[in-house]
Amino acid sequence: MIKLNPKLSQKLSYVLLFCATCLVIVPVTVIIFIIVKNGASAITWEFLTSMPKDGMRGGGILPAILGTLSIVVCAISIALPIGVCAAIYLNEYAKDNLLTRIIKLAIVNLAGVPSVVYGLFGLGIFVMLLKLGVSIIAGALTLAIMELPVIITTARGALNSVPYSFREVSLSLGVSRWQTIQYIVLPNALPGILTGAILSIARISGETAPILFTAAAFYVPHLPRSVFDQVMALPYHLYIISTQIPGMPKNIIYGTALVLLMLVLSMSLVAIIARLYFRKHRKW
Amino acid sequence: MEKIEIKNFNLWYTDFHALKNINMKVKEKQITAMIGPSGCGKSTLLRALNRINDTIEGVRTEGEINIGGKNIYADGIDVDSLRRNVGMVFQRPNPFPISVYNNVAFGLQVNRIESKKSVIDQTVRESLEAVLLWDDIKDKLKKSALELSLEQQQRLCIARVIAVKPQVILLDEPCSTLDPVANQRIEELMMQLKEKYTIVIVTHNMHQAARISDETAFMLLGDLIEFDKTDKIFTNPSQKQTDDYVSGRFG
Ligand SMILES: Nc1ncnc2c1ncn2[C@@H]1O[C@H](COP(=O)(O)OP(=O)(O)OP(=O)(O)O)[C@@H](O)[C@H]1O
Ligand SMILES: [Mg+2]
Repeated sequence: MIKLNPKLSQKLSYVLLFCATCLVIVPVTVIIFIIVKNGASAITWEFLTSMPKDGMRGGGILPAILGTLSIVVCAISIALPIGVCAAIYLNEYAKDNLLTRIIKLAIVNLAGVPSVVYGLFGLGIFVMLLKLGVSIIAGALTLAIMELPVIITTARGALNSVPYSFREVSLSLGVSRWQTIQYIVLPNALPGILTGAILSIARISGETAPILFTAAAFYVPHLPRSVFDQVMALPYHLYIISTQIPGMPKNIIYGTALVLLMLVLSMSLVAIIARLYFRKHRKW
Repeated sequence: MEKIEIKNFNLWYTDFHALKNINMKVKEKQITAMIGPSGCGKSTLLRALNRINDTIEGVRTEGEINIGGKNIYADGIDVDSLRRNVGMVFQRPNPFPISVYNNVAFGLQVNRIESKKSVIDQTVRESLEAVLLWDDIKDKLKKSALELSLEQQQRLCIARVIAVKPQVILLDEPCSTLDPVANQRIEELMMQLKEKYTIVIVTHNMHQAARISDETAFMLLGDLIEFDKTDKIFTNPSQKQTDDYVSGRFG
């Protein structure tokens, strides 16, 4: 084995680690660059606010934007309350027994299931068995289940970060366990729970496979009217216009991708800013 | 008058026998100190008195603790009201990250003991006066409690306990994070408080125990070795182990 002198090997490893880090940044920058370069010309007010025309080759993508927003809003309003309740139970009440361990194991495994499997599951259960049809609600339920493990895990992290002494003091003042959670634990964990939720929204906005069979339609000539409507959704729409429609103008494809990207990135940005804000105002 | 009577009390953390057959009577409106080397079970015994140990998984108890004539380990005891009656002040000042006012009012508001604003205001004021903090911070009631000095925070924590009108106040090394001046001022406060409350204090500082307490318990490895008048413990203890400890001949 070659023995490098310590100074040199120190330098070498620094360079190596630095290059690895740059390699991570490169694809992100390139992707954003290409999408902006090719798509920026398509972004107009009309593109964002009107229906598609000429077999999607013209007009706008409003129904897809609204479709994605409605699925995501429904999904998070289902997943967040359930996830937070489960996290509270696991973190504040559950004793360390077999059942608890099985639940935790299930959560870990649920997080590892491929998203297309969730899509098939949603098709089988929500669309067919519960007869919800291909609809916003079926897609939202599917996405909610997919996102539950992430929400539970981040919410548990947030609950855990509330110092144990706060709970102890509250209990020692004769405040019941539930009231302690209500008045002390939750308010202090809220920032963490919310940032987790925003990141979840960002993540599920871009998901295609889970809504493929459960919510998304090739083309719907009207805007979503109820949760039982089939809708167009940005990621699926992007897939269709890039593969299924001949003679599609390139800038519309990239423009659609840009809108999706902005949607996801802006939500991540909100989460980052929220986290910075809360960290600065963190009081313990 | 006895306020607390501990009878054949045992406590286990899972398999670890932390308190071994403790028997002891704490008198009303006195200061009772608990001393002993680290890990001997002082905090555990103190925390048994308001059943805050219950929140730790694997804790098991045997025996009785009677407070005001009622066994607090009996079935059907309302633990929350027990804890209001037996307040606790912790080692590190630990106010909630909310305003001074809300810290003191917390127990009253959340327990819905009181909802009239005027009564809560009055209680906050009386509690802060009782810990001699009112004059210093009456203009800062809306400020975050974390902006106070450590000593003020610890006083605030005592006020927070007093606000729910306990009869017994437990203190677990309340001065160990404070400087000597603050330490002395808290000691003076305790001397005043004992006129209204039964006080049990755990301390590492033997001088402190000697200065402020009426009776002192010496513990060792989960056993109560000796419990007597403070003077006697520090000048003429009947057990050799106590003598070794108070004279500093002990690890
Ligand atoms: N949660 C716990 N689980 C298991 N063992 C514990 C727990 N808390 C305390 N113990 C053990 O019980 C014994 C008594 O602990 P305790 O905290 O009552 O001691 P102490 O006299 O207050 O010590 P110190 O002066 O260091 O505060 C120690 O041996 C400790 O290791
Ligand atoms: Mg201790």
